[in-house]
Amino acid sequence: MNYPKIVKIIDSKKENSDVKTVLFNYPGKIVPGQFFMIWIPDVDEIPMSISYIKKDVKGITFRKVGDATNALFSLKKNDKIGVRGPYGNGFKITGKNVLFVGGGTGIAMIVPAVEKAIKNKIKCTVVLGVGTKNELFFEERLKKIGAEVYVATDDGSKSYKGFASDLAKELIEKNKFDQILTCGPELMMKKLYESRKNIPLQASMERYMKCGFGICGQCCVGEGLRVCKEGPVFDEKVLKNIKEFGVFSRDASGSKVRL
Amino acid sequence: MDENAGSMKRIADCGAGAIITKSIGLKPREGYPNPTIVELECGLLNAMGLPNPGIENFGDEIKKLKQSKTPIIGSIFGADATEFVKLAKEMKNYGVDALELNMSCPHAKGYGLEIGSDPKLVNEITSKVKNAIKIPVFVKISPNLMNIVEIAKAAEKGNADAVVAINTVKAMKIDLDLKMPVLSNKMGGYSGKAIKPIGIRCVYEIFKNVKIPIIGVGGITNGEDAIEYMMAGASAVQIGSGVYYREIDIFKKICKEIEEWMRNNNYKKLSEIIGVAHK
Repeated sequence: MNYPKIVKIIDSKKENSDVKTVLFNYPGKIVPGQFFMIWIPDVDEIPMSISYIKKDVKGITFRKVGDATNALFSLKKNDKIGVRGPYGNGFKITGKNVLFVGGGTGIAMIVPAVEKAIKNKIKCTVVLGVGTKNELFFEERLKKIGAEVYVATDDGSKSYKGFASDLAKELIEKNKFDQILTCGPELMMKKLYESRKNIPLQASMERYMKCGFGICGQCCVGEGLRVCKEGPVFDEKVLKNIKEFGVFSRDASGSKVRL
Repeated sequence: MDENAGSMKRIADCGAGAIITKSIGLKPREGYPNPTIVELECGLLNAMGLPNPGIENFGDEIKKLKQSKTPIIGSIFGADATEFVKLAKEMKNYGVDALELNMSCPHAKGYGLEIGSDPKLVNEITSKVKNAIKIPVFVKISPNLMNIVEIAKAAEKGNADAVVAINTVKAMKIDLDLKMPVLSNKMGGYSGKAIKPIGIRCVYEIFKNVKIPIIGVGGITNGEDAIEYMMAGASAVQIGSGVYYREIDIFKKICKEIEEWMRNNNYKKLSEIIGVAHK
């Protein structure tokens, strides 16, 4: 039922000054790339990608950027939140050699996908893109499980100076990837889409959401594709027909906003 | 699913005979914070708060949707007759085929039901819109009224071409764990299966008292539901929440089920069924 289940926060961890992980009991299967609707009582209910997938425990990792994430950031152990989902399709991981590109908080949902791929003996190359080195998180978590990790910072404060999409482009030239999976700023994903060299690509899109289960239409892109239901992960064939991909988004009123 | 040209086109491609846009007002409106919609045992409870991009921004969507050839019914909401007339003219200029006046949203202050519960206002707004434009005008009315017949009559007197009944039923859900209403607006509108008998009763009562056609809506998820509304007096039906229960191609499915029912019961034309429960 599409009704929030009230859960207690069992643990939380600051990943850096602005990014936090919150864990709660929520049994059930999740495909990496799926998301929850998280209700912060008296504040808002927002879509959040899932960053920890265990049998009974699930986690979300987020940056404080607005009212809802700021409120969520300040919650403590035993505080209650509402959770519904999982929603959406998630990544379909195929091939033997996969490139993952996570930008900003997009890193949060990329990591469980890498974990699943490694479990399935897939070679994982991961590009993490952030503005500056203090914004980075989950690098160690990825290295520990055996992923080949590259970091790109816009300001060059760590490793590669430039965008994740530029670093990924270089890696695409030098390697033979079977698939590219990405989540992050849409302009980054659009660039990646353009430089993918016929490699199958799946990108996770983000849109303002209300229902999360395909009835309100708020998050529709292209010809009526619901990001919450047919997405949030779309492959290159579908992305080709989503004219607003990397161009515009919509605000809560449905008005177009340039990306 | 009536947000933008793309989503409405998808509905059209799924067999809908016409598309009703989301309700559009003069200015962009964000609506209420989430939660704005939840599923309950027998229906959906929502208080979106009339979010819309404003009439100025909606022209593009209509123009794009026009290419799909499915008739478009522009839904509008205003605070008074002047606003409704302004919106009606704009919608008509964009090329909609008909208008639906939202006088029944149960959860937006100063709009919808707050206007639609006053027969004088309903009559005034309807007639002023009718005088301003030539396309058909439908008035969507609320079940949250003791005087639903009076409101329907007021719309008829104002020269409405049809009444649409019903909008959602005013309702609330309190979460037991948090001991608070789950919707951010607290109060919302209930739709889906649970409200079908209410819709049927409203359409039946209205049919007895007005001569203009009725468009039935509320809890329709299959062909038999649609037939039942027609027996009560509806000439056409609308579907909203049904999209959730039976996916977007519910329109094709229901059309097929209506045809099947007619074949099995030896009916050739829908007109033979409309209002048959009154005989």
